[in-house]
Amino acid sequence: MINPTEYLPKSYHTRVSTYWWLTRWPYLKFILREASSVFVAWIVIVTLLQIQALSRGPADYAEFQNWLRNPLVLLLNVVSFFFVVFHAVTWFNLAPKAMAIRLRGNRLPNLAISGPNYIAWVVISAAVAWILLRG
Amino acid sequence: MHKRSNEPFLWLLFSAGGVVAALLLPIHLFLFGLAFPLGWLDAPSYEKLLAIARLPVTRIYLFVLCSLPLFHWAHRFRFTLYDGLQIKHLNELINIFCYGGAVVGTAVAAYLLWTIP
Repeated sequence: MINPTEYLPKSYHTRVSTYWWLTRWPYLKFILREASSVFVAWIVIVTLLQIQALSRGPADYAEFQNWLRNPLVLLLNVVSFFFVVFHAVTWFNLAPKAMAIRLRGNRLPNLAISGPNYIAWVVISAAVAWILLRG
Repeated sequence: MHKRSNEPFLWLLFSAGGVVAALLLPIHLFLFGLAFPLGWLDAPSYEKLLAIARLPVTRIYLFVLCSLPLFHWAHRFRFTLYDGLQIKHLNELINIFCYGGAVVGTAVAAYLLWTIP
């Protein structure tokens, strides 16, 4: 039997550029979404530093607050805020795709799944703000 | 025998961390990272924050807030390096760095929250 691929290269791999994700907006959006995780980690690190400063006493905590006023830290936090909001919006919009819920044979509309996520986001954010800002 | 994959479990942590990061981190960063340092809003006093942080429910809340998003980071960052930068030959090392980092961060969070005076 003649192998039709005998005279063809055994494997043919096109070389994909390291910067393939810069070529199209959906690709770039994908990589930005992936990159948001770095800023998520940064926010957790800041929170851990905050808990540590809080435990050590008022002087350490005041120093931590000063550090947050450092222009570089502020800049990083502004960028992080945009990335984490980007993460939240893309995450909630993906929820209907991850959970395809069917009711009486019909798929629930996307808004029925992403909507409650957005409502929870608003309610939880308001609750956290209320606890920290009251009195 | 087929080796059982850890992937579903890691994906579950990634997914739970994604939810926690989306719901909780924006407001925390907005208040502590922007609104208070820039003076848009009055920051709560040290005494008040400590009183809140001491509550067991806050400690559990902060533990979840720190731990799960780190596993979310680990999973996504691993694939960012894998797909985005195509660093495939260092796969083992990247996995250790990412998931190891999340485990260490979780341990640090547990320790810090446990030892709040």
